[in-house]
Amino acid sequence: MQAAIATVSNWLLPLLVAGILVAGYIKRVPLYHSFVDGAKSGFGTAIRLLPHLVAMMVAVEVFRTSGAMDLLTQGLAPVMSFLHIPIEVLPIGLLRPISSSASLAFMTHIFQDPKAGPDSWLGQLASTLQASSDTTLYIITVYFGSVGIRNFRYALKVGLLADVASVFASVLAVTLLLGPMP
Amino acid sequence: MIDLIWLGLFLAGVTTAMFTGHMQQVTVSILGGAEHGVELSLALIGVIALWNGLMGIAEKAGLIDTLARVLRPVARWLYPSVPENHPAMGAILANMSANLLGIGNAATPLGLRAMRELQTLNADKETASDAMCTLLAVNTASITLIPTTVIAVRMQYGSTHPTSVVGTTIIATALGTVAAIVLDRGFRAWDKRRRRG
Repeated sequence: MQAAIATVSNWLLPLLVAGILVAGYIKRVPLYHSFVDGAKSGFGTAIRLLPHLVAMMVAVEVFRTSGAMDLLTQGLAPVMSFLHIPIEVLPIGLLRPISSSASLAFMTHIFQDPKAGPDSWLGQLASTLQASSDTTLYIITVYFGSVGIRNFRYALKVGLLADVASVFASVLAVTLLLGPMP
Repeated sequence: MIDLIWLGLFLAGVTTAMFTGHMQQVTVSILGGAEHGVELSLALIGVIALWNGLMGIAEKAGLIDTLARVLRPVARWLYPSVPENHPAMGAILANMSANLLGIGNAATPLGLRAMRELQTLNADKETASDAMCTLLAVNTASITLIPTTVIAVRMQYGSTHPTSVVGTTIIATALGTVAAIVLDRGFRAWDKRRRRG
């Protein structure tokens, strides 16, 4: 099972790239031009992220280097260990539904930590957490706002509870594929 | 909301630094953090450009339409209140397909089009319909096959297996989406019962 998923992880991207190119060729899509055309927008997307990442990176760095981060994690450690969620990823889970730049900034701190790094168990969990949810609050505001809906009914509750479920699902997925936390 | 979080992180940091004596490190981190943000977004350009380029080909090859055909039975089950040939169904299917492929840029406009179409079916224009709530539940949980941004950041931080998170992400987002759909159905039933009194 673990070996099979590892293979999927390694093969999916190359196979997907090859598959898209072949499908495009069969459908007589001008491959190179379509690629370049699409890729152009990548620059704009990344640059649009820049101010958000600067804003959040600064705030998160201040929070961390001041020692506030350690206070928070120490304070909540008993609750989190009861829930079987590593305390280090708490800020990612908390901030992911609100600001993906903020949770991304916390993810990079786990990557930079010489004791963890991107390929460690914790790094994989942080990556999965960051990848497995969306900015729920932003999506709900934009989607409902665009058509003038004022009464969201239960949509916000469902979105936030699903985010909590995603946190547990991420821990479960990483435990399933990489074994229990070392 | 975002203002409060941003302010909160700063204030909590600066206040703590007063007691821990880390003010010097905080000063350095303010300037370092800004540089960090720039480095990171520049590092993302390559992977985002690559992905957008590939998806440009995929879109022209009709991959979204193909995927939409496969997803049609799922959408019919998810949105029983939407007539099968209504334009809302087409927009919902295109949005689901774009989400699955991780084309965030395309998914949002398609999702907004789906909302507009659903609004034409909605009796009370200021209250969310059942189908709208389902659309949001599915979009916020969204199944992801290739988490492009996370892979790019992992590369930037020296990961030897940047794509190793593909498997865990597929499992976690699939479970998350199931949870979102179950919660949506559960809350809908509870909401109906409560309204009937």
